[in-house]
Amino acid sequence: MKKIIVYTIFFLAIAIVIYACQSASEIEMSKYLSNGKDIYKAKCQNCHGENGEGLGELAPPLTDTVFLKNNKNKLACFIKNGADGPLLINGKTYEGKMPSFPDLHDIDIAQVTVYITNSFGNNQGMYTYEQVANDIKNCK
Amino acid sequence: MKKSIIYAVFGCLIAFGTACTQNKKLPIYGDREAKIIKGADGVDRIDTIYKTIPDFKFLNQDSIEITQDTFKNKVYVADFFFTSCSTICPIMHRNLKTVYEQFKDRPDVMFLSHTIDFKYDKPSVLKNYAKKLGVDTKKWEFVYGEKEKVYHLAEHDYLVAVGEDSTAKDGYIHQGWLVLIDKQRRIRGAYDGTKTEEVEKLKKDMVILLAEK
Repeated sequence: MKKIIVYTIFFLAIAIVIYACQSASEIEMSKYLSNGKDIYKAKCQNCHGENGEGLGELAPPLTDTVFLKNNKNKLACFIKNGADGPLLINGKTYEGKMPSFPDLHDIDIAQVTVYITNSFGNNQGMYTYEQVANDIKNCK
Repeated sequence: MKKSIIYAVFGCLIAFGTACTQNKKLPIYGDREAKIIKGADGVDRIDTIYKTIPDFKFLNQDSIEITQDTFKNKVYVADFFFTSCSTICPIMHRNLKTVYEQFKDRPDVMFLSHTIDFKYDKPSVLKNYAKKLGVDTKKWEFVYGEKEKVYHLAEHDYLVAVGEDSTAKDGYIHQGWLVLIDKQRRIRGAYDGTKTEEVEKLKKDMVILLAEK
């Protein structure tokens, strides 16, 4: 009898720890999302639109999930250093220049990337500032 | 007696009611002066001279010279921008494009965007920009001109502040007004092109202005 109680408590404790861990990462995620949204509004929305729809052929939409996924390790470079076409997005080629945002820190870039890649029909999960630092090291 | 009072009150109400539904008019902006002119009957009358947009001459996106005559008897919306601007211009033209879409079938409506980047925004650059924005009609002119002419027109006539500024992100600063000009070349409104609610007001005001006789 005593054994059963000990086991129950043990498993319960593990379950609580796992549950707590999950919600901690969820909290982190929602923190990234809400900060990312503010950065998006301030820096990106002008050209890419409120719903990531882009602007004519001047600015590409951010709704091409496949493009975002395939170029995930380049997104930080695009944001930090700007981009100079051509980019094939949603089957269309975009030639324009994207301005650079050198003032954004790794954490800002991580947050805005998480917002973009988990909005507008995208659902690609977390992207941490450590990954940003690593990706920026490899910018061409 | 009582009855007639009721009738009178009722009549007044109807009169007020119809008075209120009469066409709303937009204000006329800018300095104005009074001028005394002699009528045909020899009697002096006071006439009001409103501020108007003076004559101009620019190259459009097709490298064709356009002047004030291009906008003769048209209501038009004017603004100042540059193609490499990454701050307020994209949102201004995103909003102005919705106005363009709404009015592009009206023969008496036009749009006029002046570039303030006299170094880079030559007509070919403007043409490319217009194409990418999705504008391929004669309704919306993107014009290039000498710095002095464009800047003077902006600040003295359309009342929009523009300037070169090496400390600004893209090298120029300017205000995002969309200026509404009537068929007599007078300023009838100015709307912040970066705010959707102001642009909605512009659309409503354009309908009012177009209905004006």
